[in-house]
Amino acid sequence: MTDIDQNTLGAIDAEGDTVWTEQTSWLDRVPRAIQMLFVFVVFIALWDMVTRFGFVSRIILPTPWETGNDLIFVGRNLVTGGYMLAALWITLQEVFYGFLLALAIGFSLGVIVGETAFGERAIMPYLVAIDTMPKVAFAPLFVAWLGFDIDSKVALAAFIATFPIIVGTAAGLHAADTNSRNLFKTMGASRWQTLTKMKLPMALPQIFTGLKIASVGVMAGAITGEFLGGGKGFGELIRTAASQLNTPRVFSLILYLSVVGLGLFALVSWLQGRVVFWQKNRLSSSSE
Amino acid sequence: MQAVAAATGQAATAGDPVYELRNVGKTYARNAITALEGVNLTLTKGSFSAVIGSSGCGKSTLLKIMSGLIPPSTGRVVLQNRPVTGPRRDIGMMFQQATLFPWRTTLENIVLPIEIRDGKAAARAAQTQARALLELVGLKGFEHTYPGELSGGMAQRASICRMLITEPAVLLLDEPFSALDELTRDFMNMELQRICTTRNATAFLVTHSIPEAVILSDVVYVMKPRPGRIAEVVTIDLPRPRTLDMMTTPKFGALVEHIRSRLDKEAFI
Repeated sequence: MTDIDQNTLGAIDAEGDTVWTEQTSWLDRVPRAIQMLFVFVVFIALWDMVTRFGFVSRIILPTPWETGNDLIFVGRNLVTGGYMLAALWITLQEVFYGFLLALAIGFSLGVIVGETAFGERAIMPYLVAIDTMPKVAFAPLFVAWLGFDIDSKVALAAFIATFPIIVGTAAGLHAADTNSRNLFKTMGASRWQTLTKMKLPMALPQIFTGLKIASVGVMAGAITGEFLGGGKGFGELIRTAASQLNTPRVFSLILYLSVVGLGLFALVSWLQGRVVFWQKNRLSSSSE
Repeated sequence: MQAVAAATGQAATAGDPVYELRNVGKTYARNAITALEGVNLTLTKGSFSAVIGSSGCGKSTLLKIMSGLIPPSTGRVVLQNRPVTGPRRDIGMMFQQATLFPWRTTLENIVLPIEIRDGKAAARAAQTQARALLELVGLKGFEHTYPGELSGGMAQRASICRMLITEPAVLLLDEPFSALDELTRDFMNMELQRICTTRNATAFLVTHSIPEAVILSDVVYVMKPRPGRIAEVVTIDLPRPRTLDMMTTPKFGALVEHIRSRLDKEAFI
């Protein structure tokens, strides 16, 4: 230590003593699972109080325990292959085909718009215009064109999910930096080689961001389609339960749906981790 | 071994012209802006040349023309007796950023130029050669490492390998080490000299750093802006191989000072 330090830190006993360390709050040291559990318990307690003391009618808001019981009932029905499983299967099909369709159309359009000057100048403005429309409003049209079967729901689900994929793909294709472009030019790469060996791999992180947004939208599209166009899916079960004022059932059906949605989102995230293996650190920040 | 390499390097300095530019000019915006005017230069086999100048002096335009990325407005650009009319495999290029692709291993990155030009089979065949290059630049054992795990200096070593894999007749270096810290940069410059000497490469360096240009080059072209032109050609007659110790000699200092005085006059007008 220098003389100056000795003067200012005169009170310190030994020269090797630590004089200043970073303090972390005790809250930061509590494991995340416990913090999440705490929020959950508080939420259930509040919910219970609101219903117990009659702030809200039970028809409007069931108690947590009623909802829990119904969750078990619906779960049993699903596991034993009851009519709810058939409904869930229909909705899953809508989501699956809707997502595949959105992927095919969204990726193709995204490449056209992101790669060609014509696509960017002449097609993109129309896509942006359609994207700003409330897409749910097209549901009656899809029902009129495709009927009350799952086709109209697949169409609406795909319609909603396509745009994030287009935007993700197009933006990703623009992500290539000047150096990489020049490098490929100096190597005499063809346009196809530049696209497949450089631009598309570089676009993958943003394509996956688009896919994640799409995976959320595709669920919303399928359920909205069922609300507006009937059918035999999970959305129809929710609508029926709501019209019978069976609120616990509505709650538990929504919870099971959200599990499906979460599963799809998790699947896409997992795929992203496998495919875009070089972006490990950015994975957590890009998952909204 | 170094003495032998230096001797061959010396012999080749006086060798045949590899790259020739005659009266090369470039105008942009329908002749409104003259980026480059009347550039004449000759790179002889095994020589190391550098071009130095302030921003906007036309360095990057010159390099783009030499790499075949853009055509000149006037003049002749001839490499190995054939006019340059576009990117060519006998032109090797290196950028400020390593520009390695993170989804390819180091080895796959290095054989990329071969894969692009000759296909996957040829790229696989070139792997032996790539391993030899990795050993040359001191990256042996990193064949299957992904670029994300390489340091800045290691990444630039890998990009040197990628440049060399097609056995180019000329190496165009666009401020290759300016993104590295100064200690690494000095070291990499010496490595670059060693690699160029070993392979008897003809190199052309664009840089902002006068000491870097002087320590590496046989000839330094000083460029001035508006219009971009070569204002002076400075021959660097320091003995080879160059060492970092030379940077403290009076001769080195005099050369740096001379170039600096040439640049100062017009650089900031």
